[in-house]
Amino acid sequence: MYSKDMVDLLKEIMAVDFVVYELALFLDTHPNDRRALEDHNNFAMKSRQLREMFERKYGPLILDSVSEFPYQYINNPWPWEIRY
Amino acid sequence: MWYYVKKLQYPANVARTDLGMAKFLFAQYGGPDSELSASIRYLTQRYTMPIPQAKALLTDIGTEELAHWEIIGTLIYKLTDGATPEQMRRAGLGDHFAQHDNALYPHDAAGVPWTAAYIQATGDPIADLHENLAAEQKARATYEHLISLTDDPGVIATLAFLREREIVHFQRFGEALMLVKEYMDKPKHVF
Repeated sequence: MYSKDMVDLLKEIMAVDFVVYELALFLDTHPNDRRALEDHNNFAMKSRQLREMFERKYGPLILDSVSEFPYQYINNPWPWEIRY
Repeated sequence: MWYYVKKLQYPANVARTDLGMAKFLFAQYGGPDSELSASIRYLTQRYTMPIPQAKALLTDIGTEELAHWEIIGTLIYKLTDGATPEQMRRAGLGDHFAQHDNALYPHDAAGVPWTAAYIQATGDPIADLHENLAAEQKARATYEHLISLTDDPGVIATLAFLREREIVHFQRFGEALMLVKEYMDKPKHVF
């Protein structure tokens, strides 16, 4: 099972990661837009911090994250099983 | 290569089981203008794009479309969760149940299986980018049809998000088309 705190933190990561993705698509066709790149980099750093915080508490979101024993990646809920 | 991240791009919720709506949503899971078609189309065309902006854009939008395919899959999974064979049958999903039980399968709203014939890769970047502009508009129209078929606020919010993404992708593909045209109009050798 999972807690409301876990879902809230996951949703925060989802929102920040969406900003990063949207800015990345924009930068694909506007690589010289300095302001968009600054925003992209700031949100990318924020995403890393949040992901580290999440993974320390609830286990890996991605298979190349370091895991405690036993392997934690398989245990936290799958995205389609969560009530957001 | 790709890595899977254990999260959705959008928090897809449903208010209640709705098998009829699940059936309609298969349009975007395995139909001609589905998220699956979009992803395979862009990830296939990207190899023959002539400029870095277009190679990047097709890779990144193609990847986002897989995340959208997962969102549609999540909606269908949640809308059909716990449904009995009899309920599936009454909702017009008896044919689906006979072959797939409650599993997902890439077919359209009428049960027609997904085919690569839904996509094209001509090797001509101008032709391919025009196909992509049209594909985004067809998907936008499909999302508007789907939104008008439900009153579930969670489903509507999720479909509205996906509809918006079609509009953003259309804009980015238009910019890529202009950049490719500029590139092709440039003389190859300037002395």
